[in-house]
Amino acid sequence: MYKIVKKRALNPTVTLMEVDAPLIAKKAEAGQFIILRVDEDGERIPLTVAGYNREAGTVRIIFQIVGATTKKLNALEEGDYIHDFVGPLGRPTETDGLKKVCVVGGGVGCAIALPVAEKLHALGCEVHSIVGFRNKDLVILEDEFRACSDKFIMMTDDGSYGEKGVVTAPLEKLIQDGENYDMVIAIGPLIMMKFVVKTTKPHNVPTTVSMNPIMIDGTGMCGGCRLPDFDGFKVDFDEAMKRGAMYKSFERHAYEETCNLLNKEVE
Amino acid sequence: MPNMSPNKAPMPSQAPDVRNKNFLEVATGYTKEVAMEEATRCLNCKNKPCVSGCPVHIEIPAFIKEVAAGNFEGAYDVISKSSSLPAVCGRVCPQESQCESKCVRGIKTDPVGIGRLERFVADWHNAQPDVKVNKPEPNGHKVAVIGSGPAGLTCAGDLAKKGYDVTVFEALHLAGGVLVYGIPEFRLPKSIVQKEVDTLKELGVKIETNMVIGRVLSIDELMDDQGFEAVFIGSGAGLPRFMNIPGENLCGVYSANEFLTRTNLMKAYKDDSSTPIMHAKKVAVVGGGNVAMDAARSAKRLGADEVYIVYRRSEEELPARKEEVEHAKEEGIIFKLLHNPVEIFGDENEFVTGMKCVRMELGEPDASGRRRPVAVEGSEFTIDVDAVIMAIGTSPNPLIKSTTKGLETQKWGGIVADESGATSREGVFAGGDAVTGAATVILAMGAGKTAAEAIDEYIKSKS
Repeated sequence: MYKIVKKRALNPTVTLMEVDAPLIAKKAEAGQFIILRVDEDGERIPLTVAGYNREAGTVRIIFQIVGATTKKLNALEEGDYIHDFVGPLGRPTETDGLKKVCVVGGGVGCAIALPVAEKLHALGCEVHSIVGFRNKDLVILEDEFRACSDKFIMMTDDGSYGEKGVVTAPLEKLIQDGENYDMVIAIGPLIMMKFVVKTTKPHNVPTTVSMNPIMIDGTGMCGGCRLPDFDGFKVDFDEAMKRGAMYKSFERHAYEETCNLLNKEVE
Repeated sequence: MPNMSPNKAPMPSQAPDVRNKNFLEVATGYTKEVAMEEATRCLNCKNKPCVSGCPVHIEIPAFIKEVAAGNFEGAYDVISKSSSLPAVCGRVCPQESQCESKCVRGIKTDPVGIGRLERFVADWHNAQPDVKVNKPEPNGHKVAVIGSGPAGLTCAGDLAKKGYDVTVFEALHLAGGVLVYGIPEFRLPKSIVQKEVDTLKELGVKIETNMVIGRVLSIDELMDDQGFEAVFIGSGAGLPRFMNIPGENLCGVYSANEFLTRTNLMKAYKDDSSTPIMHAKKVAVVGGGNVAMDAARSAKRLGADEVYIVYRRSEEELPARKEEVEHAKEEGIIFKLLHNPVEIFGDENEFVTGMKCVRMELGEPDASGRRRPVAVEGSEFTIDVDAVIMAIGTSPNPLIKSTTKGLETQKWGGIVADESGATSREGVFAGGDAVTGAATVILAMGAGKTAAEAIDEYIKSKS
């Protein structure tokens, strides 16, 4: 059992939690993930580590309330316990030798882009950050990004905050203006990462993407993820998007079912 | 005078068309009377060939003699001298190629139902009121066991009985390894595994779930920082193989590991489970081992109308236990033998719609001694399916290898260990599928047992 020591709503559908997990906090690096089960018989879901405090022994997770499990998770409060919390899994984002990097975050993906930007900044790398959201109300972690970025660009789809447009527009411009990035690291919706790769590939800028596929164990046991590679140029985004839709009808059903349950409890 | 009936007493089972719709155990077990009757078929022969066929050398005639006399606890005592998981092995051991293959009665008629009797004895014992386990006197030495499958549980149990302070580290949220994530409820009820795990806990074994060794802690940290004097690696062979044919990444193509883990460990077969699984109508399972049979029979129980086993060799080469093949056939699984998949097709949303297969014929024997299957030219045809499950084998997970310096492994990933289980690292032992590649529960158990002895000797020699 893992205690939730802090909970904060970042926007109406995105929540931050800090969880007491000293062994994981000791080892976690940007780019790795954890798997949790909210309760006994719960589903195993992977969430990327959004930060860690080695001294306090806590791991930060930031999640969007999209399915039945994240909804159940969001119903827990500070002082409550998460049943299972395993990690750190996966490989850390490789930061060795990078001198100048553009970090591109989209929506809730910014939560996992941030620790990467922070780590690079701490290593003395020049960090340019481009973050994109649908609108002003959904913006998260702006101050944190500004604090670790040498250049910071805010984009919204509707122009209600920052500049209007998608993240690839300023990315293209920066590259064309001669910013020689050692690497572009893109974390966000698959469709965003697909277009980031489309932007960087003609300029031959190495690009790392963050995949959050279907999985069970998180150690390579089930093979459900089908991800041999994280080099953005090699990822088949269309296939990944279609695989991601595999359980969509089930998810929707499970989500609505819990909605009904919750409604009943309220009555 | 022994009972000279030529036939093994049949195993009472759920009717095929009933059981292929539920996840309850298929075989319901011998009654006391049937067990005693079957036990009298044993000739109690002097040279006991059956014992030589048992990887852990259970004194088979001795326990059967007790069963015949109605002394079931006595029978259990005989078995438990050699085996730590009799209720499990009585159910999942391939007896037809082990003990029963050597039975003298089997030369002309059915061999004695050794597996069925073992299961009866273990179930009888488990049904008795719990006897408080005597915790052995602690000897002050700490041993870590990685993995809680048959190898790890056995090694942990044997060491705990010798007084060691044993901690088992399990990557998943539940102990049992392949016994809980892989083998389905209808073949091995999870309550039996839980009982074994509980017994270990009573012996003082600590079980730490959610501990992925190699990530959260390394073997070096276990030994250097946490004071474990020896480590046993029983992490199994959990890395699924795929065929590398076109269409394998379509939605609806599973590894057997994923399909069975969703169904068993995550209980996706229950209506109220929060873990999704496809309830496909036409399913092809590729492979011919026990895992393939488990996947096919699970798919059927999840509501599939047609389930195929697609296997590239012939019936004779099927590596699965004979009983599983028979059960699968009875339950309506369709065997497409001497067939091999070459491509999987999908619709515009990339959901599986069909699988192209080619017919095979058997040529010259290959390295394994089995006749090599060769494709028959121009014999391609397509079967309509909406899910494909790849059950063509697994190899050891590279996580421990890649995070443990100086641990020698085979090219294919198996950990190099001698007969005692000792690896290239001092104080580190290994056994089970992590060493041999995917094999059987009983072999893993045997390896765990042997390693426990070796660890005991090693630690004694150091202190």
